[in-house]
Amino acid sequence: MAVKTDSFTAPTKRRLATFWQPYTRVAMLSWLTGALVAAILEQLVGRPLAFMLGLGKVPVLFGLVIILKAPLLIPGVIVYVLLIYILPIGLIARLTTKLGNKLAAELLRYPMLVSTVVHLVLLYATLQIWGNINDYRNLVLRLTLISVLITLSLNVINGYMGEFSCSHPGFLALGAYGASAVTVSLFVNDNLFGPAVFTGNWGWIIFPFSLILGGIIAAIGSLVVAIPSFRTRGDYLAIISLAFTFIIKSFIENLEFVGGPRGLSSQPDWANLPTVFIWVVVGVWVINNFVRSTMGKALNAVRDDEIAADAMTVNTRRTKMVAFMFSAFWAGVGGGLFAHVLRYVNPSTFGIQKLAEVLAMVYFGGLNSVYGSIVGAVGFNLLSEALRPLEIFKWIIIPVLLILIMIFRPTGLVAFKEFDVHQIIAPKE
Amino acid sequence: MTLLHVQNMTHYFGGLRAVYNYNLSIEPGEIRGLIGPNGAGKSTIFNLLTGVHTPTEGEATLNGVSLIGKSPHEIAAMGIGRTFQNLRLWRHMSVLEHINMASYAHITYGLVGAFFGTALRQKQEAEIEEKSYHLLQLVGADKFADQNVTNLPYGILRRIEMARALATNPKILFLDEPTAGMNPEELKEMMAIIRHVHSELGVAIFLIEHRMKFVMELCDRVQTLVFGEVIAEGTPDEIQNNPLVIEAYLGKDLDT
Ligand SMILES: Nc1ncnc2c1ncn2[C@@H]1O[C@H](COP(=O)(O)OP(=O)(O)O)[C@@H](O)[C@H]1O
Ligand SMILES: [Mg+2]
Repeated sequence: MAVKTDSFTAPTKRRLATFWQPYTRVAMLSWLTGALVAAILEQLVGRPLAFMLGLGKVPVLFGLVIILKAPLLIPGVIVYVLLIYILPIGLIARLTTKLGNKLAAELLRYPMLVSTVVHLVLLYATLQIWGNINDYRNLVLRLTLISVLITLSLNVINGYMGEFSCSHPGFLALGAYGASAVTVSLFVNDNLFGPAVFTGNWGWIIFPFSLILGGIIAAIGSLVVAIPSFRTRGDYLAIISLAFTFIIKSFIENLEFVGGPRGLSSQPDWANLPTVFIWVVVGVWVINNFVRSTMGKALNAVRDDEIAADAMTVNTRRTKMVAFMFSAFWAGVGGGLFAHVLRYVNPSTFGIQKLAEVLAMVYFGGLNSVYGSIVGAVGFNLLSEALRPLEIFKWIIIPVLLILIMIFRPTGLVAFKEFDVHQIIAPKE
Repeated sequence: MTLLHVQNMTHYFGGLRAVYNYNLSIEPGEIRGLIGPNGAGKSTIFNLLTGVHTPTEGEATLNGVSLIGKSPHEIAAMGIGRTFQNLRLWRHMSVLEHINMASYAHITYGLVGAFFGTALRQKQEAEIEEKSYHLLQLVGADKFADQNVTNLPYGILRRIEMARALATNPKILFLDEPTAGMNPEELKEMMAIIRHVHSELGVAIFLIEHRMKFVMELCDRVQTLVFGEVIAEGTPDEIQNNPLVIEAYLGKDLDT
């Protein structure tokens, strides 16, 4: 059976490989430039082009939302995506292959940070311009970036350390409420905390502080799950962590000073795109640093054989505690950002549905992998927006997809792949 | 001064007496053998001395410091490196990462280094890697450094486990049936490697073996364990000719 399909698809595969071959030599610098040009192009001619194609307005997420809402517009969307994104990016990638590689090599003659920052600036500029089209796109973009951070932080426990933890919604809630309590009480005239304490423009310093505080609260809360994990693994720990999520939820529901079940709203509008981008980049950078160090690889050793890890001088308790607190910290920061993007949270935001979402992103994208977390978070958020017209059926389709992935690719799409920044920004020829 | 000293160690698994009144004294640089039929309690002795189990009774010291009640990673850092009878490798990690991991206790860059990739971390990780390569060369497995352990032959995996144990900088190396499942060719190689490691690093070795010939050629002294009790102790020659040992191994070919 497998042989048959292989021989059937072999020529197609070969043709695809030949077609793709020149693109494998394109440096990241060229790809990002292409993406930036596409974003600018859309800014300039997106609206008239969409109008000409009969789409009415610019397709917000590559037309994914339209597919179910107005299937008749699909051909127009395909033409739009080709003309605005695929052709310009492909063209620029091809045209600047030589130049891009040369520049990338030139940049690497300085400390790696220089080239990294250049790439990040290009990426940020692309996202900023792309997200300028309308508020909805900007919102989805910010939530997706935050999802990357949250997914990666969960991956630390469930992927890198191999525990099936269900405590992430609890960590998110602690971070969201921790950060919101600070910002709302100090800066907003609201019914819960009374008039604002500060009126000046202190957001640039107070917001990072409140996010970190939320992260620390989540990290401390994570000890409730980390300590049992010294002796318990597998199913029992999964149940303990699930209980943790429910406990946090009902704890906040009964906490009147943060609004109880009604939730907490009117967070200051501080989580704009640059702020979210910087936090997510820093978070991914720190997490990636950690999991690639020998100290971070101890998580893998504990996962694959704890007795061997212990016998090889690895302090397994410390490793577990660090993993949980570290993961919870970034989840808390993610939760704080999330609360300030939506500017409203209530306890039921952090229930079983949130758990299904974060687990889906981790297991869909891939265990033990930064790439996997990016793919999982971006893929899931796009899919989730695309399926939005189906309303409640969305929550039938997503679990079914998850089950299929678990059957055919149990570790996810891009699992166990090292995220090597140098390799990404290096010239490709 | 005695390196490893064990006095009257006894261990019960529930009602099962796995080890009874066990005594041991190993000098620095010595090669000591432990033989005995299956289920005699040999691996249990290793597990008791490395902190996997805590003995019901008895005392054990390394360089005069008690091992009882310490956790395995503390004992490993004190200077007992070990391998396992049934390989215990980390299936998602490369060979080099295995050896690096055993330097965990020597890392001083801390969480700050791990999170932010400080210069100290770069330096230490480079040093660790260099040491790992050296140890892999020592056991003749350096050409597999970048491979994943799931695809390698059994004989190589045994060597990797040994290199990993050596990376903890042990004063004494515990080898639990280092030749189990090996063919005669691999067995010869393993014997040469153990000799080589011993002469290069001067580390004491305590090894459990099934094959008499192996023990007889390598060890300075040998203990024979039957049903958790030492029935004979002495030089390989004495052991080989001890009637009690011959009886315990009755029906078995001493040369296999
Ligand atoms: N963790 C354990 N729990 C209960 N019984 C055990 C455990 N480990 C070993 N035993 C028992 O102790 C006895 C000695 O086992 P072991 O030390 O593995 O023997 P050997 O290594 O000499 O073949 C056996 O009867 C075995 O079943
Ligand atoms: Mg044994």
